[in-house]
Amino acid sequence: MDLVVPRPEGLYCPPGDFYIDPWRPVARAVITHGHGDHARPGHRHYLAAAAGAGILRARLGDIPLETLPYGRSLRHRGVDISFHPAGHVLGSAQVRLAYGGEVWVASGDYKLEADGTCAPFEPVRCDAFITESTFGLPIYRWPPQAELAAQINAWWAANAAAGRTSVLFCYAFGKAQRILHMLDAAIGPIVVHGALEALNAAYRDAGVALPATLRVNDVGEAAALRQAMVLASPSAQGSPWLRRFGDYADAFASGWMRIRGTRRRRGVDRGFVLSDHADWPGLLAAIAATGAGRVFVTHGSVPVLVRWLAEQGLQAQAFDTEYGEGAQAEEAAGSETEEGVAPQVDVADAEPATPPAKPGGEPAQ
Amino acid sequence: MKAFAALYAALDATTSSNAKLAAMVEYFRAAPPADAAWAAYFLAGGKPRQLVPVRQLREFAMRAAGVPEWLFEESYQAVGDLAETLALLLPEGAGGDDASLAEWMEERLLPLRGLPAASLQSRLAELLAGLGTLERFVCAKLITGSFRVGVSRLLATRALAEAGGVDTKRVAQRLIGYTGIGARPDAASYTALLAPPEAPLEREDGLPYPFFLAHSLQAPVAGFAARLGPPAHWLVEWKWDGIRAQLVRRGGRSWLWSRGEDLVTERFPELAALGAELPEGTVVDGEILVWKDDRVQPFAALQTRLGRKTVGPRLLAAAPVVLCAYDVLEWEGEDLRRRPLAERRALLERLVAHHPHRALRLSPLLQGENWEALARQRESARALGVEGMMLKARDSAYGVGRSKDEGVWWKWKIDPYSVDAVLIYAQRGHGRRASLYTDYTFAVWDAPEGEPQRRLVPFAKAYSGLSDAEIREVDAIVRRSTQEKFGPVRSVVPEQVFELGFEGIARSARHKSGVAVRFPRILRWRRDKPAAEADTLQTLAALLPE
Repeated sequence: MDLVVPRPEGLYCPPGDFYIDPWRPVARAVITHGHGDHARPGHRHYLAAAAGAGILRARLGDIPLETLPYGRSLRHRGVDISFHPAGHVLGSAQVRLAYGGEVWVASGDYKLEADGTCAPFEPVRCDAFITESTFGLPIYRWPPQAELAAQINAWWAANAAAGRTSVLFCYAFGKAQRILHMLDAAIGPIVVHGALEALNAAYRDAGVALPATLRVNDVGEAAALRQAMVLASPSAQGSPWLRRFGDYADAFASGWMRIRGTRRRRGVDRGFVLSDHADWPGLLAAIAATGAGRVFVTHGSVPVLVRWLAEQGLQAQAFDTEYGEGAQAEEAAGSETEEGVAPQVDVADAEPATPPAKPGGEPAQ
Repeated sequence: MKAFAALYAALDATTSSNAKLAAMVEYFRAAPPADAAWAAYFLAGGKPRQLVPVRQLREFAMRAAGVPEWLFEESYQAVGDLAETLALLLPEGAGGDDASLAEWMEERLLPLRGLPAASLQSRLAELLAGLGTLERFVCAKLITGSFRVGVSRLLATRALAEAGGVDTKRVAQRLIGYTGIGARPDAASYTALLAPPEAPLEREDGLPYPFFLAHSLQAPVAGFAARLGPPAHWLVEWKWDGIRAQLVRRGGRSWLWSRGEDLVTERFPELAALGAELPEGTVVDGEILVWKDDRVQPFAALQTRLGRKTVGPRLLAAAPVVLCAYDVLEWEGEDLRRRPLAERRALLERLVAHHPHRALRLSPLLQGENWEALARQRESARALGVEGMMLKARDSAYGVGRSKDEGVWWKWKIDPYSVDAVLIYAQRGHGRRASLYTDYTFAVWDAPEGEPQRRLVPFAKAYSGLSDAEIREVDAIVRRSTQEKFGPVRSVVPEQVFELGFEGIARSARHKSGVAVRFPRILRWRRDKPAAEADTLQTLAALLPE
């Protein structure tokens, strides 16, 4: 039998009577990770990987949350549920379901390369695999993280040498911490926008090593500010908060920066091709490693990936989900989210539900 | 190639004109003249004749990347640029190739032209293997010839002038012909571009002067006096809707150049004949117009004369052209461009008086007590078949491109025609709009509201006029309300109404709607209007000229 089926509320497990990352309030929700389009408020019971507990509480408040360490299994109405690292952001997990001799894995969002800020992706053998397809086109291939770190640090060092502040726009949850982890703190002070700090704290509490960060008012002299790397959420772009940095250089970190047109639309000097999602080779490698004969494709380049997998002889089909919908709603309201630059696909690279700084105003600190 | 690719990356990485200028100057100063020659050629808008058929290039990319055609097409639609799609799809290259730009162009890329398909494929593979992703992208750009990096010809000209320590106008003059089709830049021609100022200009070859272009004036007439001074400081003419051209008469020969610096003499034998009547050493600037029944004919009539190499007697009789002259740039072999416009105009009037010809008309000067009077006169523009008025400072020199430092020309156009139309199809854009649905097809109803069987008929495509924020919003709506997909085109639920503006309208047998409109663009998004209240074919028909 099918262990996961689409329902109006979300992806549903009939024998277990629970949902995975549901987008409408339900009695029992199994959560893959803390991004706003996957972890929504209002469910009566949450089950998530223990590593993500801090993040979920920071974002959803005091929810009825039960957690399970990676790899440990829990039986619910005969379904064995376990979490396995997805390598996407801190606490992100693939959900493995075993029932009646069938094994299904719902992967949420994932990335294959280990980034040092969360448990790296682990392939899980299964009969049916539910995969995302955010960057499901062969034009998306990521440079290795070490190469990106070198690029970002070189850009920062060159700006610092020229006496210009470096402003790097990135999503507050996941991307920002990953960049912090990559920065060479010897180059200069690291300043973070207020919207990022709560998540930095959750990462530090979980034992992830991040370099020391300052808030902008902690930096005494203007001279020090000109040597600084400033991490800000995309909603800060064009806001008065940035004026204090004078003639700064700016950049944007996202998988979408792989395409010249999206980078130019962003109106920043540089684009760094840094994503928390799997690139095309990553998607294909992950799917192959599961050994699954059936693959369900969600949010992103769904028809492309389905057709490709079908041509490779797999039984592939689409699952309609509402991941990324939160981002669309925000976009319609005029705020900038990654969805705003997402070409081609219908889901955010990450993090649609970060409490955004008000465009045009001083962000809430 | 590496240095040039790095220049491309630097130009691409900034939106500041000054930063682009600095990057180009640095490149031109450092590059060997043979490389700089090609860089100048591409940056100034040069485009070699097709080196590799697009079909072959796509074929190559698919094979090298190991993707089927449908997946290549999906990728191309997301990227919006063939060269970039190719660079992103190919497996990482070795990146060790150190050949210079000149070597790449002359020994590698130009010889690709005309190669049989099989050897072309293997040669492309061989050439691109040694390049990294950026160099590959730039190389593919050179092959496809769509080399746009936010550098205008004027900016490239300024960079060359600064690098060589030569006056910008002189470089602009020398650049004419440098980027022409079939031009083959080399170290010698590059050195000549930047030769010392005293080197004589060679004009025997029939080259025109860089065209001086007008700026758009869109302001309430009440502010004109404060901004422009009295009308007496200006020469006012109609703004003709034809093809801007210079007619050059030198050394017993005539040349007719269009604004794109294309030589069009053969397409307009009437004007070639006119050239033969002009005195030696004359250059006239004006507008090519179809003139019949003592009035200018719509641009659509002129279009019948374009795109044909041979012009038969029937076409000549059906759509006879004139040169409507408004400036004289060279007289008795002397460059007049620094002289004030009023003086050039007086000479032009003498020229036309002494050399009457049925294909030569003088663009008349318009008179008005004040700007309000001229504004009233402008209201008759549409009836006269012109686009509005031109205001040219009496004391202005003839500048280069859209320069403003020595006097300015303004185009003061009448408001366009407009109709409310419904968005029915959308396609993803290119370049900065890659992956966003920005290319739209609009329809009007074929019958008035209330007719039960009425349908929407497509009548215009438009790409411009929305802000970036509106584009994102429409993009989201297109994705949400897609009905069907035909390749890259999506049909959408016909709900969104836009006010479209256009400059002209003519009957057309080629269009389903029976009309063709000129320069359609989006004026505004009519969120207040339901689709049922959009305009009809009858509205369009009422706008057709008699």
